[in-house]
Amino acid sequence: MITIVDYGVGNIASLVNMFEHVGAETRLSAEPEAIARAPRLLLPGVGSFAHAMGVLRARGLDTALRAAAGNGAALLGVCLGMQLLARHSEEGDAEGLGLIAADVRRIVPTTDGVKVPNMGWREVTPAGDNWLLPRGDETERFYFAHSYHMVCDDTADVAGTVDYDGVKTVAVAHGNVFGAQFHPEKSHRFGMRLLSDFAGLES
Amino acid sequence: MIPPRLIPVLLIDRDRRVVKTVGFGPRTYIGDPFNIVRLFNEKQVDEICVVDIDAGADRRAPDFDFAAALAAECFMPLSFGGGIAELDHARRLIADGVEKVVLRTHASAPLIAAIAHEFGAQAVVGCLDYRATGGDRVTLGPTPEPLAVAAARLADAGVGELILQSADHDGCRTGMDVEGIAALAPRLSVPVIALGGAGELGDLAAATAAGADAAASGSAFCFIGRLRAVLVTYPDYAVRQQQVTA
Repeated sequence: MITIVDYGVGNIASLVNMFEHVGAETRLSAEPEAIARAPRLLLPGVGSFAHAMGVLRARGLDTALRAAAGNGAALLGVCLGMQLLARHSEEGDAEGLGLIAADVRRIVPTTDGVKVPNMGWREVTPAGDNWLLPRGDETERFYFAHSYHMVCDDTADVAGTVDYDGVKTVAVAHGNVFGAQFHPEKSHRFGMRLLSDFAGLES
Repeated sequence: MIPPRLIPVLLIDRDRRVVKTVGFGPRTYIGDPFNIVRLFNEKQVDEICVVDIDAGADRRAPDFDFAAALAAECFMPLSFGGGIAELDHARRLIADGVEKVVLRTHASAPLIAAIAHEFGAQAVVGCLDYRATGGDRVTLGPTPEPLAVAAARLADAGVGELILQSADHDGCRTGMDVEGIAALAPRLSVPVIALGGAGELGDLAAATAAGADAAASGSAFCFIGRLRAVLVTYPDYAVRQQQVTA
């Protein structure tokens, strides 16, 4: 059972559809107690970092998510949900959950022709060794739509990168806390593989 | 290398049928939107754009139930347009599984800013319809203005990308407005999606080679042959990698 944090910020219907498609059960919750105890959590999110953190805090969900991560729950943040795992974001100059030692910065192109948002499909290069981006015969590609990116203190936390005006971290893994900057719920068979693997993780 | 995005555009009429226009006028029936979306799922299209072309004329709000049902079938990003006139419309569509809302008639700076503030710029697509009159490209609508001016205005207002749709080329299947795309796309700070005129893969590739960040079409993915037989089609990834370049 995957608990999707339902805090009104993001495209939850698409995640539910995709999990259903791969045969994984989901439930939506905005209850701090339920989230703190959940063994497998998905934190979605689109839009402004500061707004989303404000909502999490107002509902006591920031504390609940930290408690769940501390209890060993498998926590996957998707898109803005990944960025919220960081300490801080330039977007709205706001503090994050602090579950990954990283900051979130705006993508500032240094090359002509590079546009922001980074919009579209990219092949993701795996880093380290983890279920998020297995090293197989085929390079997996995912759908991206973001204007900010995460910068980790420790390269050991980086699970995947793309080259978009330089190498950018787009997936992170630290213990039982994971993040994907891209949208697995909108990435066809590649996203189905990732979400199916998340559903099957030990936790 | 990842090829630039190719985006099928499905025009929906007031009876929830997929149609295709020529020159924004006569319509040809294409098929059932759910069947077509399932076919595009199998073909792993980059993303899909669905526009209710009668919502404006009928002065309707977006067809929320339809959008939600369609989004549930889409394992690729879905942008949806037609009747979106206020922030709450965008809220409902996005909560129901739509990635991006397409604003055309109601693309006012305050509405763009409000949606972008709540959901991020990447959730807002501006669509500009234009015609070329004596070499100048001018937007359609109640207050026509030069296309470059309108595009810069929407980019400044906060859209995450812009669809530039040539009404002259709509449904013609003879090629896109490559000259206009080449003049405008590289000068804009946000991604540009070219729309109008493509009949086959080569036309879409010409648009991306000219500077469009993505190329969209109704006809190229729904018709085949001189007689416009209806056939839902989409090129394989390997073919796109070879033939569609930035």
